[in-house]
Amino acid sequence: MAAEPILELQNVHASYGNIKALKGVSLKVYPGEIVAIIGANGAGKSTTLMTICGIVAVDEGDILYQGRSITKVAAEKLPVMGLCQVPEGRRIFPRLTVHENLELGAFYRRDREGIEKDMQRVYELFPVLKERKRQQGGTLSGGEQQMLAIGRALMSRPKVLLMDEPSLGLAPLIVQKIFDIIHEVNQKEGTTILLVEQNANLALQAAQRGYVLETGRVTMEDEAEKLLHNAEIRKAYLGE
Amino acid sequence: MDYFIQQLINGITLGGVYALIALGYTMVYGVIQLINFAHGEFFAAGGYMGVILLNWFIGRGYMSTHPMICIGASVVLTMGYCAFLAMGVEKIAYKPLRSASRLAVLLSALGMSIFLQNAMMLTQGVFDKPYPIELAEGSLTVGGITVSYLQVIIVVFTVVLLVGLNLLVFKTRIGMAMRATAQDKVMSSLVAISSNRIISLTFAVGAGLAAAAGIMVGFYYGSVRYDMGFVPGIKAFAAAVLGGIGNITGAMLGGLIIGMVEVFGAGYISGQYKDVFAFIILIAVLYFKPTGIMGENVDDTRV
Repeated sequence: MAAEPILELQNVHASYGNIKALKGVSLKVYPGEIVAIIGANGAGKSTTLMTICGIVAVDEGDILYQGRSITKVAAEKLPVMGLCQVPEGRRIFPRLTVHENLELGAFYRRDREGIEKDMQRVYELFPVLKERKRQQGGTLSGGEQQMLAIGRALMSRPKVLLMDEPSLGLAPLIVQKIFDIIHEVNQKEGTTILLVEQNANLALQAAQRGYVLETGRVTMEDEAEKLLHNAEIRKAYLGE
Repeated sequence: MDYFIQQLINGITLGGVYALIALGYTMVYGVIQLINFAHGEFFAAGGYMGVILLNWFIGRGYMSTHPMICIGASVVLTMGYCAFLAMGVEKIAYKPLRSASRLAVLLSALGMSIFLQNAMMLTQGVFDKPYPIELAEGSLTVGGITVSYLQVIIVVFTVVLLVGLNLLVFKTRIGMAMRATAQDKVMSSLVAISSNRIISLTFAVGAGLAAAAGIMVGFYYGSVRYDMGFVPGIKAFAAAVLGGIGNITGAMLGGLIIGMVEVFGAGYISGQYKDVFAFIILIAVLYFKPTGIMGENVDDTRV
């Protein structure tokens, strides 16, 4: 395994109001990897990502990014450091245009030329977004919104990209396209990806390693290949 | 007919003032879903700061040598002062309650309103404070219709401010961040927008516009009073609701309509019921179309 993890959770506890959502989650993500977190509804997958991004407060434990603690860093500072999320439900700004949504991805950046270049690249990756450039984000279809959400995240040039349920509610063909892009971003740019999925099959095929989350705890971690062939996993998450 | 056009012009003048105040309500609501009941006080504070600065310039003798610069500086400084005042109010009275219930913040706003009003009363006295100079004397008479130069100045300045605000919100990077924050605060932090800074800025811009309205009303009526923010504040709130709270274009439109209705109501029905018309509209809007003219997706959990 490569030297130091780029992202590490050490015994992280977090809660939503009175509900303890994470009860000691520890995981490591190494540079250049695709890591999957699988688990049932309510296992704490999305909370894990929101906690990493500083939206949900850490009650206990520590989160290290590039070797330094980011537990106390304000959420809006993290994208600047290269930590970026494509959240569950895409969260497109509905009354901003497609183009504006993409521009916001690059909000913290000042390098006009670089932004312009990245914008062209996103439009090449997702030609449909270019066609709909002037349309309001809220008018796009689910698949298009997912593309826009990914495009918006790419505009911030992430080092680590957290993705929450990118396949949710999408037609199989679109899902395939989205996962091709995830693969391409990982391979070409070397972007590290932490992927949360209910579709365990899909996630474990894309990832090198995986974690299984159950009621706020990591219950299993292994190479994705092994998890994919683990009888327990197949029974619990792959519907066998 | 002349009377009608005359009232129309008066209505536009008054409507512009309401629109400027209404924008502060609607922008703040758009970003943090709070009816900032202290907003009317920024309008009053603007009126007072205007007098204070004008008197200062007169006292130093600058007014007689450079009147335009002094008046311009008074307006700009007043807007800036109220912008800072609003940012302070937000920090003290609203920011600590960011995750509290809406009712708590609303009460905090009412408390802030009372506090500011009394602060003005204590420091400036309970009596009307006269504006020391006239902005423009004389008037234009065209075929029986009289428009004072002051009205022309007020309308032109209002239009400039409204256009400026539209450019800020819809054409700049920071305006885009404001709209994004209004639509989804979590997502806007995920794209590196500091919602605290945007909220602060929203208060500042809204209060700046209200302050400009305060100064113009001071010039228009010739004096200011510590409690002058209350009634126009509530009417501007009615205007914001009429236009669709949270919607900037709606607030401008709502302000104009409330101004018109008030002037025409006073002119054609009864001057004594002048203040009633705005509230009749408010009640009617809440009854028949709670989302207002341009409002969208207001869920019923909102205040």
